[in-house]
Amino acid sequence: MFEGDRSKFPEIKDGRPVIDLDSQKFIKVWQGPQHPGVTENIALELTVSGDEVVELKTHVGYLHRGFEKLLERRTFIQGFTIVCRICVPEPDTNEYLYAAALEELGNIEIPEKALWLRTLTLEMSRLASFLMWIGGQAGSFGMGTIGQWSVAHRDFILDLFEELSGGRIYHMYIIPGGVRGDIPPGFVSRLKKVLRKIDVLLEDIDKVLFNNILFKKRAVGLGVITKEMIDKFGVTGPAAKAAGYDRDLRKDLPYLIYNKLDFDVITGSDSDAFTRAKVRFAEMHQSVELIRQIIARMPEKGEFHTKLPNVLHWRIKPGETWVQAEASRGEYGYYIVTDGSAYPRRIAVRGPSYSNAISLLQKLAVNTNIADIAGLMVSLHTCPPEIER
Amino acid sequence: MNEIMEQLKQIFKLNEFNQEREDLYFITAEKEQLVSLLTHLRDIHQFTSLIFLQAVDYIEDNLFQLTYMTHNYDKHISLGIRVKIDRQAAEMSSIHHLWEHAETFQRELKELFGIDFPGSPGIDSGFVLEGWEDIPPMRKDFDTVKYAEKTFFPRPGRKTHDPAEYMKNKLYPENN
Repeated sequence: MFEGDRSKFPEIKDGRPVIDLDSQKFIKVWQGPQHPGVTENIALELTVSGDEVVELKTHVGYLHRGFEKLLERRTFIQGFTIVCRICVPEPDTNEYLYAAALEELGNIEIPEKALWLRTLTLEMSRLASFLMWIGGQAGSFGMGTIGQWSVAHRDFILDLFEELSGGRIYHMYIIPGGVRGDIPPGFVSRLKKVLRKIDVLLEDIDKVLFNNILFKKRAVGLGVITKEMIDKFGVTGPAAKAAGYDRDLRKDLPYLIYNKLDFDVITGSDSDAFTRAKVRFAEMHQSVELIRQIIARMPEKGEFHTKLPNVLHWRIKPGETWVQAEASRGEYGYYIVTDGSAYPRRIAVRGPSYSNAISLLQKLAVNTNIADIAGLMVSLHTCPPEIER
Repeated sequence: MNEIMEQLKQIFKLNEFNQEREDLYFITAEKEQLVSLLTHLRDIHQFTSLIFLQAVDYIEDNLFQLTYMTHNYDKHISLGIRVKIDRQAAEMSSIHHLWEHAETFQRELKELFGIDFPGSPGIDSGFVLEGWEDIPPMRKDFDTVKYAEKTFFPRPGRKTHDPAEYMKNKLYPENN
């Protein structure tokens, strides 16, 4: 990508580049927190030499609402309206994990129908999240039209969520003990119709994005994550799959009804931005297929919610647990510690962006062209609220 | 997993081994042995991934519990290692040399819990807060209401009403 030997420039001391701004060889540029090329509320402090990035520092804290502290001062049932806000594009994973952790600590079994409905919403939100991502990925390489298509199709899924739960963005549908309601009449046929539209969209995107020379030229070889880096940086999800690891919690530690569904883990080999996009694109197809399997096999009748203890006085015995699920961005988890009171002692959220957007991005950005930083960042599919919970 | 535990017990001093689920175990380790235990788990027993490092504040016992969650992708087992440290002199050895992203967790714990990790790169550079002068906010003795009342104040020129009383007066003025 760059001519000449750049290995000695700038000088590296104690693992950090020596940057003297007075030497006039470097410029500091801020990308974000208000910038179309960053994902949500995050800022990248770039030090550039010419158009080459020599150092990147990630700054978070622009959204910080102190979710974890807030949750410590809420009863268990009050907490469930907060957790979905930790990740806007994919709130259902948070709802599911919070509910699953409380059910485990409180020894609550949930009915069969609720398991199917939960899986359905998780897959729908995965698809919605990927649709938003592919718009960002194409947009960051100058193809804004794809973003308009995909966000419009995401809206069709949000319409379905509105029908199901009353909320478009925050659904608060998966609650401790099950789900809040059954699917409304005619929902399945409307869902099938949306899936058909998405099939057509994916075909179009395949033609204009993955066969586009501009996208290939810029994304191939960008942000290569080596196999050794995967565990060292705590990388999970499509980024790890693109490096050849067949790690998927839906397969490895099946939760809900994923063991009853037929699917394979999608992997790649080149581990650059292009391969990651390919893996995610294949996961979008897979998600559509999984939703079809779920609606075909879901039991029609049955309880969707189990009886909880009085939620206003719900005390959970002392204990701690860690539950995980595969979100669209990678492995997502909740660590909950209870102490026998009506409030949690500690709730910690671990999202995949925590390592992707900070230590990994800081490493990958070095020696990248400044114009590719946006594309690189989106290729890691970051979501800042899960960093600064 | 029991085999691994037996092997570990011969080398390290471990307490409270409990199985939470088929794929989730917790052990309590000594503060001094933690770094060697993590290195051993990572290099010998394939617990190659550090999922998170978090702290729990047990203010009544004057302790912080640090939880290091590791994962073995071959056996699909998560192992949480708990370490109790003194709350007053909250300091712990850094593990940034084992996993790169540990540095971020340590930076977060320094800022939000006041737990120091000497030697961790950029440990003092802050995480989400800016110009914070109070006690670390995730500690249990940090009172959010008191802080909000001290720091923020209602803008002058605004009236506040008791909502029930206000609506009663507005809807049924003849009763007053």
